[in-house]
Amino acid sequence: MGLTGLDIFKLTPKKNCKDCGFPTCLAFSMKVASGAAEIEKCPHISSDALSKLAEATAPPMKTITIGRGETEYKLGGETVLYRHEKTFVNRNRFAVLLCDSMDDGEIESKLHSIKRVNYIRIGEEMRVEIIAFKYGGNRKRYVNLINKVKESGLKLTYMLICEDVDLLSEVLKIVKDDNPIVHGTTKENYRDMVNLVKSNKYVLGLKAPSLSELYDLVGEIQKLDYKELILDVGSNSIKEAFQNTVQIRRTALKEGDRTFGYPSIIFVNQLARNDKFMEIAISSLFIMKYGSIIVLEDIDYARALPLFALRQNIFTDPQRPMRVEPDIYSINNADDNSPVLCTVDFALTYFIVSGEIERSKVPVYLAIPDAGGLSVLTAWAAGKFSGLSIAKFIKEMGVEERTNCRKLVIPGKVAVLKGDIEDSLPGWEVIVGTDEAMHLPRFLRELDKEINGAGSIA
Amino acid sequence: MVFRESVKKFTGKINEVEMGVGERAIKIGGENVMPFYSFDGDIGNRPRIGMEILDVYPESWIGSLKEIYSDVANNPVEWAKYVEKKFNPDFICLRFEGADPNGLDKSPEECAEIAKAVAENIKLPLVVAGTNNHGKDSVLFEEVAKAVDGKNVVLLSAVEENYKSVGAAGGMVYKHKVVAESSVDINLAKQLNILINQLGVKSENVIMNVGCAAVGYGFEYVVSTIDRIRLAALGQNDKTLQMPIILPVSFETWEIKESIATEEQMPEWGNQEERGIGLEVSTAASLLTVGANAVILRHPKSVETINGFIRELTA
Repeated sequence: MGLTGLDIFKLTPKKNCKDCGFPTCLAFSMKVASGAAEIEKCPHISSDALSKLAEATAPPMKTITIGRGETEYKLGGETVLYRHEKTFVNRNRFAVLLCDSMDDGEIESKLHSIKRVNYIRIGEEMRVEIIAFKYGGNRKRYVNLINKVKESGLKLTYMLICEDVDLLSEVLKIVKDDNPIVHGTTKENYRDMVNLVKSNKYVLGLKAPSLSELYDLVGEIQKLDYKELILDVGSNSIKEAFQNTVQIRRTALKEGDRTFGYPSIIFVNQLARNDKFMEIAISSLFIMKYGSIIVLEDIDYARALPLFALRQNIFTDPQRPMRVEPDIYSINNADDNSPVLCTVDFALTYFIVSGEIERSKVPVYLAIPDAGGLSVLTAWAAGKFSGLSIAKFIKEMGVEERTNCRKLVIPGKVAVLKGDIEDSLPGWEVIVGTDEAMHLPRFLRELDKEINGAGSIA
Repeated sequence: MVFRESVKKFTGKINEVEMGVGERAIKIGGENVMPFYSFDGDIGNRPRIGMEILDVYPESWIGSLKEIYSDVANNPVEWAKYVEKKFNPDFICLRFEGADPNGLDKSPEECAEIAKAVAENIKLPLVVAGTNNHGKDSVLFEEVAKAVDGKNVVLLSAVEENYKSVGAAGGMVYKHKVVAESSVDINLAKQLNILINQLGVKSENVIMNVGCAAVGYGFEYVVSTIDRIRLAALGQNDKTLQMPIILPVSFETWEIKESIATEEQMPEWGNQEERGIGLEVSTAASLLTVGANAVILRHPKSVETINGFIRELTA
C-alpha cells in the first residue's frame, strides 16, 4: 500500500521510450502512483515487477469469489469499519446447514424451507444463497446427500465442511464445476487441503482453536502462495466469536496486516444452540459487525423478514439511497373507484406511506413517479417532484383508465403544487394530504367516507 | 509474525445515568469503548431492557399478548405488578396511549394519577412514554413529573418543540431523567442536548433517543447516526453527545407490515407472533450492537432472548 511515484519508477525499465503515452518513465510512474494511469500501460515492465506492484497496491482485505454462474457471489473487499466512512461493499450471505447425521425428514424439510423462502424486496432477491454440507461420519450418506441436492436443481452455492481430504476429493467430483467452498482446513491437514483445491482455486475455510493459532495457520498457507481463504471465527461462545470477528476485521483494515485480510464465516446455528430467536439476535449482531457467511439452522419467514431486511439496509451505499421502481401500485385491492395518492420513489418514504395506507385498509392507487430517489422536500427542491412531472406521470401511466375517481392526494409538505397539477390535469381534484405519513389512516378513512358515503370498509 | 490484538482506546466516556430509586434502581452507560468491545476497555453497565405496558387496554396488540395480560390489561397498576413479578425486566415503560388527543384524550391529571399509582406499586424503575403529540406531552409530563416526585422516573421524551416545559418540570423542579428525542441526525441530537443543558438540566440527568426504526425501514440511517454519535462522544470526547441512549424498539417493530399482517392476509409468511418477535429481537440486537444502553420491548419472548444475548456478550 501507498507506493510513491519513485518506488514505482524503480520498477520501470527507465528507458523513456514513450510507449506508455507519457514523455518519461518518471512522469508515468507519478501518474500510476496517483491512480491516474494503469501500470499495464507500460509494455516493457517485467512480470516480477508487476506482481511486486500488485502486492504493494492490493487492498487490505481480499475479495473472494464463491459459486458460479447464477449463484456466484463475492465476499470481503471491505475498506472501512463503519458504513458512513464510505460504504460496505459485499453483503454477507446466508447459509443453511445439512449433515449426513440428520434423518431424511429433517433434510427434506430444510430443503423445502430454502425453496419456499424466496421473495423480492426493493428489487433485491431475498433467499438463502449457500448450502453447507457438514460431514458427520457416514461417508455414503454424505455423498448421497450432496448428489441429492445437486440434482434438486436448487440455485445454491455449496460449502463442504469436512476435514477428510480423501472424502473431499471424492465429493468434489460432484460439484467440481460449481466453485464450492471447502471448509475444514486445520494445522494438521492444510498442505493436503491446499494441494486438493489449488488447481481449481476453490475457497478454503480455515479453523483453529484460538485466534493466534488461526493467524499462524493463515501465515503457513500464505507461504504456500494460496490466498483464496475464508476464516472460521470459532463457535466456543458468542462473546469469543464476536471478539474474533472484530479483531480479524480490525487487524486487516486498521493495522494493515493482510494475514487477517479475509472474509469470515460464523456458525450462528451452533452459537444459538437450537434457539431460533437467539439465532436471529446473533445473526443481527454479525450482519452489523463483519460476518461474511452466516450459517443458520434453518430458514423461515420469522428469520428471513428481519435478517434480509437488515442486511439490505446495512449494505446500502450511504451515497445512493434505496429507490423503488416508479409505478402505479394498487394497495388494499384498489378498484375502478379508488382515489390516487402520490409520493416520491425514495424507498423509505414508499415503505412508510404504503404501510400507513395498508393500515387504513382504504383501497388506494399509490403513484410513484421518478423523483431521483429523494425524499419529498429534497426532490421538490431539486425540481424532481414538480406539478408538471406528477401530472405527466399520471397521464403516461394510464391512471385514468384504471380508476374513474379523479381525486389525487399529494403530500402535505408540497401543498404548493396543487395549482400546478390541476392546471396540467384537467378534470382532477388535487387534495392536499397530511404532513406526516402517520396521520394518513385517519385522513384516508375520511376521504373514503366522502367518496363512498358510508365508506367502502367496515 | 505473532498475532497481536488490535486495541482501540478512546479518551471519552459515556455518562452514567441512574434510573429509579431503592434496591432496584439501575445505572446505564459508563462505557469508554464501542458496545460489547470488552477487549478494548470498560464496557460500563450492561445494557438494560424495559417492558412496555399501556394506560389503556392494548386493543391493537396481537392476540397472544392480550391473552397473557387478559387478567390485568384493564388496570395499569395490576399490569405493572404482573410484569414485574412474572417477567422481571430491568424497568417498566408505561405508555400513555390513552392520552392521545386523536384517541381517548385523557386529561394530564388523570394520567398523573395512573403514573403515581404504578410508580408506588412497583420496585422497578419507571419510564413514562407520552403520546408523540408535542403539545399534549408538554402538559402531560408536567403533571406526571409532579405526581411521581421522588421516584426518579424517566420521561420519554422531550423534543425541540417542548423541551422547555418537559425539561423544566421533569429535569429541574422534580429531578427526574429527561429523554432528549431527535430524529436520526447527529447534529439535531447535539443541538437538543445543548438546548436542554442551557435550560439548566444537568447532562447526567439526560438520556438520548436519537430516533428509532425497525430493521428494513430506514434502519441504516439509525445505525450510521448512532455510529457517528458514539465515535464523536468517545473519540473526540464531545461532552454534548456523551449521554446514554434509550430506544423504544417495540413502538416501531410492532407497527410494521411484517408484524401486523395476519396469517390470513399473508399465509406464506406463517405464524404472526413469531414474525413479530423476530422483528423485535433483530431490531433490538442490532441497536444494542451499535450502541443502545437501554431498549424497550413488548413480547416476553423478546425480553428473554435479548436478556440472554446481553448476558452472553457481557459475560
